[in-house]
Order: sequence, then C-alpha cells, then structure tokens
Amino acid sequence: MSSRISRWLGLVVVVLALAAPLHAFAVQPDEILTDAALETRARSLSRELRCMVCQNQTIDDSDAPLARDLRILVRERLRAGDSDQQVIDFLVARYGEFVLLKPRFSLHTALLWLGPAAVLLIGALGLSLAAYRYRLRARSAVSGPAALSPAEQARLSEILGQDGH
Amino acid sequence: MIAELGHYALVLALGLALVQACVPIIGARRNDPVLMAVAVPTAIAQLCFVAFAFAALIACYVRSDFSVLNVFENSHSAKPLIYKITGVWGNHEGSMLLWVLILSVYGALVALFGNNLPARLRANVLGVQALIAVAFDLFILMTSNPFLRIAQPPLEGRDLNPILQDPGLAIHPPLLYLGYVGLSISFSFAMAALIDGRIDAAWARWVRPWTLLAWMFLTLGIAMGSYWAYYTLGWGGWWFWDPVENASFMPWLAATALLHSALVMEKRDALKVWTILLAILAFSLSLIGTFLVRSGVLTSVHAFATDPMRGVFILAILVLFIGGGLALFALRAPLLKQGGLFAPVSREGALVLNNLFLVSACAAVFVGTLYPLALEAITGEKISVGAPFFNATFVPLFVPLLIAVPFGPLLAWKRGDLLGVAQRLVGAAGVAAIAIAVIFAMEGGGPILVPFAIGLALYVMAGAVTEIVERTGLMKVPFSTAVRRARGMPRSAWGAAIAHFGLGISLLGIIGETQWSVERIAELKPGQSISIRRYDLHFDGTTTRQGPNYRELAAHFTVRRHGELVGVMEPAKHSFPSRGTSTTETALLTRGFAQLYLSLGDPNPDGSVAVRLYYKPLVLLIWLGAVVMVIGGGLSLSDRRLRVGAPKPARARAALAPAE
Repeated sequence: MSSRISRWLGLVVVVLALAAPLHAFAVQPDEILTDAALETRARSLSRELRCMVCQNQTIDDSDAPLARDLRILVRERLRAGDSDQQVIDFLVARYGEFVLLKPRFSLHTALLWLGPAAVLLIGALGLSLAAYRYRLRARSAVSGPAALSPAEQARLSEILGQDGH
Repeated sequence: MIAELGHYALVLALGLALVQACVPIIGARRNDPVLMAVAVPTAIAQLCFVAFAFAALIACYVRSDFSVLNVFENSHSAKPLIYKITGVWGNHEGSMLLWVLILSVYGALVALFGNNLPARLRANVLGVQALIAVAFDLFILMTSNPFLRIAQPPLEGRDLNPILQDPGLAIHPPLLYLGYVGLSISFSFAMAALIDGRIDAAWARWVRPWTLLAWMFLTLGIAMGSYWAYYTLGWGGWWFWDPVENASFMPWLAATALLHSALVMEKRDALKVWTILLAILAFSLSLIGTFLVRSGVLTSVHAFATDPMRGVFILAILVLFIGGGLALFALRAPLLKQGGLFAPVSREGALVLNNLFLVSACAAVFVGTLYPLALEAITGEKISVGAPFFNATFVPLFVPLLIAVPFGPLLAWKRGDLLGVAQRLVGAAGVAAIAIAVIFAMEGGGPILVPFAIGLALYVMAGAVTEIVERTGLMKVPFSTAVRRARGMPRSAWGAAIAHFGLGISLLGIIGETQWSVERIAELKPGQSISIRRYDLHFDGTTTRQGPNYRELAAHFTVRRHGELVGVMEPAKHSFPSRGTSTTETALLTRGFAQLYLSLGDPNPDGSVAVRLYYKPLVLLIWLGAVVMVIGGGLSLSDRRLRVGAPKPARARAALAPAE
C-alpha cells in the first residue's frame, strides 16, 4: 500500500517536473481547424478528455505537450470523418478508460454512478416512512392515544430504570 | 532564538490542550464547578501560546532567517514583505500552524463569550475542542515542525512558488481555514450534547451563530479561491471540480444543510438527531478536506505536501475524530428524544427536503472525489472523474433544490399550504417565464436548456423578493405600514431572503458565463488587432520590466468599442529566476458585470505572441452572488436573538429539567 503510494507520488513528481517549465498555451492558434463546425466538435470533445500526465485537467485546458498531441489527434480523426463516439472509442482503445473524464458505467463504476442517487433514494424512503408515521400519529391523536406496544412498554421501563439510579 | 521560543510555546500549548481536554470533561461528569472552570483560562492561555508561536514564525520569515528550514524552503530575501508574511501559510507546516491558531481562536471565543452557556455544556465543548487541538499540535510537532533548524544555514532561500505570490492567495487560505475550523465548534457542541445525553432548542440557538460564522468564511474563502483560479490560471475557468476545490465545497454543502436543520431545531425542537449527525459530518468533511490537501494524496495546483508519513498521521486523526464522533453518536443518539411534530408539507418539511438534496449533492461530490482514489488503492485500476461527471450528477441534484428554495420561507411552520404558496409564487414564476420567452426569442437556436436555466435563476431571485413583499404586505397595505413592518422584520428573515437572492445572482452568473462566453485564440504581431463581440483590441507592442523578484514581459493592448477608447489591457508573463518558473498575469477589463479576459502565451522569435481572449458576460455575478450570500449571513448573525443567546423561556425550561 505505502509502496504503491510512494510510487504514485514519484510518478506525479516526475510528471510535474516535466510539465512545469513548458509553460506553453492550452489550445494554440495553429491547431485550430478551418472548418468551424468540426472545430466546435473538437473543442467539446476535448473537454471530455483528460490530459493523462496532468492533475485533473482536460486536454482543452492543459499546456502539456501530450495534451497538444491529443488535441491534434482528435482533430485528425474528426477530419477523417469519425463520429464523436468513434473518436472517443479510438482514444479509449489506445489509452484506456483513464482518458475519459466521465467514466463509463460498468460494474466497477456502479458505486460511483449510483452512489448519489442511492443516497437520495434512501433519504426519500426514510422521509416517506416518517411522513407515514406522522399520519398514523395524527390519526391516533384524534382517536386518543393508543396503548403502548410491548416493545414500547419495555423501552419505557428501561428508561425509567435508568433514571432510577 | 525566536524559532526555539516559538517551538517551545507550541509545546506549552500542547500541554495546556492536554489539561483542557481532560479536566473540564471530568469536572462535567462529577458536576464539579472548579474542575469545569479550568477550561476557560486554559483556552485563553492556549490561544496566547499558539499566537506567540505563529508570531515567532512570522518573525523568522520577515527577518529572512534561512537557518530555519521552513523559511529557507519557502522564502527569499528579495520577496516583497507582504509575500514574506503570507508565505508563512503558503506551505504545509505554516498552514497547519495557522489551522491550530484559528482553532485556538475559536476555543478562546467560546471561553470568553460563552458566559450564558450552561457550565457543563461549556466545559464539554471546550474539552472536545482541546482534544482536536491536541491531535493537531502533536501532528505539527511530530511530522510538520516549522521551527526546524538547518545546521549550515544557506545564504538565500528557495522562494515561494510564484503562483502563490498573489494578493488573492494571501487571504484565501486564512478565510478557508476560518470556515473549516469554525465547523469544529459545531462538532464540539454536538459531542458535548452527546456526552451529556441532553439537548434542547437552546442548544441549536448556541450552535447556529458559530455554524453561520463558519459558513460565511467558507463561502468567502471558496469564492476568493475561485476568483484567484480564474485570473491566475489563465484559461478563463473559475471552477474545475478539482479535488482540492471539492475538498472545500463538501464542508460548505454540509454546513449549508446544518444551518437549515439547526433552524428547525431552534424553532420547533425537531430534527435533533439529524442536526447532531450533520454537525459531525460537516466537521468530518473539513478534516477530510484537510487530509486531501495536506497528505499529498492528490497533487494538484494547490497541494504541495508530499510526505506519506504525514498522510498516515492525518488518517489516524480522521479515524479518531470521525470514527469516535460517529461511535458516540450511535451510542448516545437514541437517548435524544424527538421533539415537535410537523406535517410533510410545512416549513420544517421544506427544510428537510433542502437537507435531503444538499446531502445527496454532497454525496455526489464526495463519491466523485474519493472514488478514483479508492478504486486505485483497492484494484489498481485508474479512472478519471472530472467536470463532465459532476455536471451529470451534481446538477440534476441541485436543480430540484433551487426550485424548492422560494417555497421554504413562504410555507408556515408545522402545517403549510402548498397551493397557497404556489399562488403567491405566481409572480416569481411569471418573471421566469417572461425571461425564458425573451431569451428564447433573442437566441433563436442554441441549447434549449439555457433559457430555462436563466429562468430558474431569476425565479430564485424573484422568490426571495416575494418573501419580503409577502412579509411586509407591500402592495396590500399602505406603504408606510409596509415600511414599518419591514423595519420590524427580524434580521434573520432579511438575512435568509438576501442569502437566497445571492444564490440566484451566483446562478445567473454561472449560467451566463458558461453559455455565452466567447473565445478568440490568435497569434498577433505588434500593430495587429483582434476583435470580440463589439470590442477591438489593438496590439501596441511588448515591454520588459524588472519587478522586485521577477522579470516582466508585458503586452500592451488598446481596447476600443465602436471606435471609442474604453481602456488598455496589459497581460504579462512574470519569470522568477529563483525558481526558474513563470506565471501568466491575466489582464481583465470590467464592463458592467461582464469582463474582457486576456492572457498571454509565449512570445515567438518573430515578435508575434499567442493570445487567448474571452468576452465573459455576467461573470462577475458569480462572485458578487457569494458576497451577497455572506451579507445575508452577516445580517442573520446580527439578529438580536442570536446575539443575546438563549432566551429566557428556554433557560427557564432548562432549569426545570430534572437534575440527574
């Protein structure tokens, strides 16, 4: 575990050292396609793709040479007539899923994609349960208090017992 | 000598914190007023010693004492004085000392202004607060000591990372830490309530101002950091869903939820258990934020600590406080009995809905930030989670919340009338509908969602205005009566409306900037022009200058609109010989709420230079909205009720509670 971390950190340090002095520019003028429609597609694709040697940067934002290579590659594929999906598939085949800033839904990303929805769902279930209980209580308040259930009775004596000492 | 004194003061502060962490809590258990009273002087003395240690470190920086390792690594004799001072918290060790300083400031504030707290509550709060201080003092002394000396002192320091030599970064970390650490007070109050096994509405009244204060600092800190990234990084973005940003955003979301649930608890004595849990979660997220940034588990623009040993120590702190907090919660929360009942459709119900969506949105950020790390640690598989993921998960969770925002304050407590509120919001919805129609007509094509998003922002703003109009009876009663009612309205009601209005303003800025921003990228030679929207920028040429500790290459642009001179822009590149790095200095020209944004690439040998030019409409609203939110928070904080602390009836009730 710790050797993995240090290896990873080592990589990061090397990468940063490589990337830092090359303070070029994100998208450079010579990369831009003359076909405006293709260029727009290229830009929006670039925002979905990660510069793999950077920290959480898209290839659209990054100054790194690798990002430039990828930007040019995306534009080459688009000019060759690829659809957006084909470009992405091509890059994933070449560089792995790491290149996607929005991971594909699969078994190993299920928790990632479903986690927030699960929190919402569990919360909503809990709330509807609370609302149901409220309605029950409101009804029993009209018809006078219901007798304690055995479990409630036990809990009550437990609390009273606690207060006793 | 100063460094050693600072080091020694920190050790003494640790000793005091140890005393404060044990004696008052024991005193509270035994009901011994003498032992409980120990907490107050120790908290104040602790602040004095930590402040001394911090001042000592500042003195080392100001005097450029390079025999101190930390100063050598992060300072330079030629650095301007202001950055010598701010460099203290521009690095890991110094920023941790700042963390502890702020922690002790909050502790001392509770000690000084907590006279109206029940003695046992105060003793327990200060005890828990000191426990946090012990952990962080130990962390600094054992793994991150800023006072270490070098045997052979070098003549010159290595300088602070140039990207941090910026006024924005001088105040961003202290603001953020004031927010992070402020949540420790809510946590300590929650722990104290659990230790005591007792909690009432008055508790919420004491906790809310502290949470509000922390939330205000957090809001300002995040906005500040976002603006800094916007003008420093040079590619026009202002939020990157970077893990370091998420680290501050998660506590903000949790603190926002906590503010709202504490309101329910204060007014209606309900949601006690949930509020306690949120207080624990909010501070846990602050700790996780500190861990993410400080352990080097992510290395990004902001994070500079890369020492696994520290990571393990912070991990231990996390396990101790989050695990301990949740364990105590599991043990004691069942003892806290639920209070007031409310119908699902009511102000309480709306606030619960607010909490549900805020917590789910927070979960989206949490999972997106930590899942890649966890997956890599467990399976070795590497995935990336970036802006496209967060846009796809966070946004759908936040939109229902925004639709619900204007409903909340208009609903009655206990049992509300949804239809009646909807009728009162017809005006706000009308404003939104008109805006949607106008934008749709103006834009013609374009993404269909844009008019609706703008409509949503305007609806949130109009909803906040509706609340004020409804409460004052404006339009229905004579104007003078409305003014009198407006004066009589509690400041917290004004604060809530203004904060919600600010939320709408930020939203408007965010949508306007993301959807209508225009970009030009070009290579220009002196004498050439570039135009964007109705502006023409003429490139006059470049000059080089010598700054205090850098060389500057500045490009001059004259900006004209329809041939009329509106200003000059001078984007620049600063190169710092001490570190061999350079920074991009963006030029900004503000026109109303819009900005022209110009940044410079490297100059070519033939004298031409690559430029990146943006026209960003409404962009300033993003941060202006945050400022308005903070003003709302401040108004609420100045409410008499919170200033006075617990009101008489609650105190009387507390006194009547059976003695254990």
